[in-house]
Amino acid sequence: MTPSTSDVWSIAWLSVQVSTSAVLLAALAGIPLGTFLGLSQFRGKQLVVSLIYTGMALPPVVVGLLVYLGLSRSGPLAGLGWLFSARAMILAQFILAMPFVVGITMTAISAVPQSLRLQIRSLGASPWQLHSAILKEARAGVVLAVAIAFGRSISEVGAVLMVGGNIAGHTRVLTTAVVLETSQGHFETALALGGILLLIALVVNGLILSLKGQQQ
Amino acid sequence: MTATLPCFRMENVQRVFSDTFALRIKHLAVKTGETLTLLGPTGAGKSTLLQILAGLEHDFTGTTYYHNTSFSRELLPLGVRRNITLVFQHPQLLNTTVKKNVEFGLRLRGQQIDAEQVQTILNRLKLEHLQNQRVHSLSGGQVQLTALARALAVQPSVLLLDEPTSHLDPAHVSLVEEAIQYESTSRSMTVVWATHNLFQSQRVSDRVAFLLDGQLLEVASPESLFNTPQDPRTAAFVRGEMVY
Repeated sequence: MTPSTSDVWSIAWLSVQVSTSAVLLAALAGIPLGTFLGLSQFRGKQLVVSLIYTGMALPPVVVGLLVYLGLSRSGPLAGLGWLFSARAMILAQFILAMPFVVGITMTAISAVPQSLRLQIRSLGASPWQLHSAILKEARAGVVLAVAIAFGRSISEVGAVLMVGGNIAGHTRVLTTAVVLETSQGHFETALALGGILLLIALVVNGLILSLKGQQQ
Repeated sequence: MTATLPCFRMENVQRVFSDTFALRIKHLAVKTGETLTLLGPTGAGKSTLLQILAGLEHDFTGTTYYHNTSFSRELLPLGVRRNITLVFQHPQLLNTTVKKNVEFGLRLRGQQIDAEQVQTILNRLKLEHLQNQRVHSLSGGQVQLTALARALAVQPSVLLLDEPTSHLDPAHVSLVEEAIQYESTSRSMTVVWATHNLFQSQRVSDRVAFLLDGQLLEVASPESLFNTPQDPRTAAFVRGEMVY
């Protein structure tokens, strides 16, 4: 049975809600962390950077498996009761998005010339003002980080399928719906859902990029 | 133009880069309200000295005082640091307009932007027609002028200048010299000005400090230093001879 129009809307809306929540959380945690890593030098930084770059290549199914194990009855986070819920999907997408936000923000911050940092300080910036000014200088890279993280999240299927379960009206999102419709031979529906997914990605990225334009 | 109270005092200051002395100053006092030029060839230690005075360089031994505040290695308090502004040899501007760059230091201080004051500085440095232009389209000289306007806008007690006219044509060099001299005389601003240009040093200084290989060889009035230098290396430099 193909989904009704109202089903499609609720599937699309859940996709937007899950991915936007995951990316917002990743941005809240990842931008400050990336800024800190971009500005600081400490023993073991190289290892941390390597781990972040490795995180960008995390296979979604591995993340899905780990989140599944963590939230399952015998897992350490079983008490949360999140398995097969939108929250579990947000958690999985957050883990997948974080390395992109942190890594790209860190690179953008590092690219701000050391001399500019000194010159901002010489104009009387407090440490907080200095970090804020550098972040503003690196805004194009930070916006790119958020856009890439959103792209990674909205197009992800393996992890959300495993931890969400693709339950109709509850955890079914566009990517998992495409998988289901394809497996049932409903190729036209699958293509239409894929088109909606692309449209959402286009609109959200347009909004993110317009934010970059306004800041400049 | 000169006064008697010391603005800066350096005692036995040494800065080492890769086992080489970048700076060795046994004693240097900068008087409040004076314009002291740091004269010397490239690599003499002028920029390092300015960065120490600006409180941006902490990895040195010895002691430096700003009035009564000592800052050997530890950070200068923000309130003190905001009295001192350094214009770098290779200025970097924020990725916005010329005007917003000029207002930046005022915003950092949480001050109400005095549009008239900003406009006066833009006019004085002939930047008014560029004020709404984004900085990526500026020439090297315009960048240098904007960086200077940005520093002057905060009305610092001390202005440190690292070769501030290196990218400017003679007309703009004159403009900058006049603007700085106007600010220093009208507000008794202390100016420490690094240059390798003998003529500029003669034009703008109350006193000249000659540096070579990180060492302070001589401090004197421009007349004394250029006419009767005490150190043979200073004499060689002012005659335009090689000093290495």
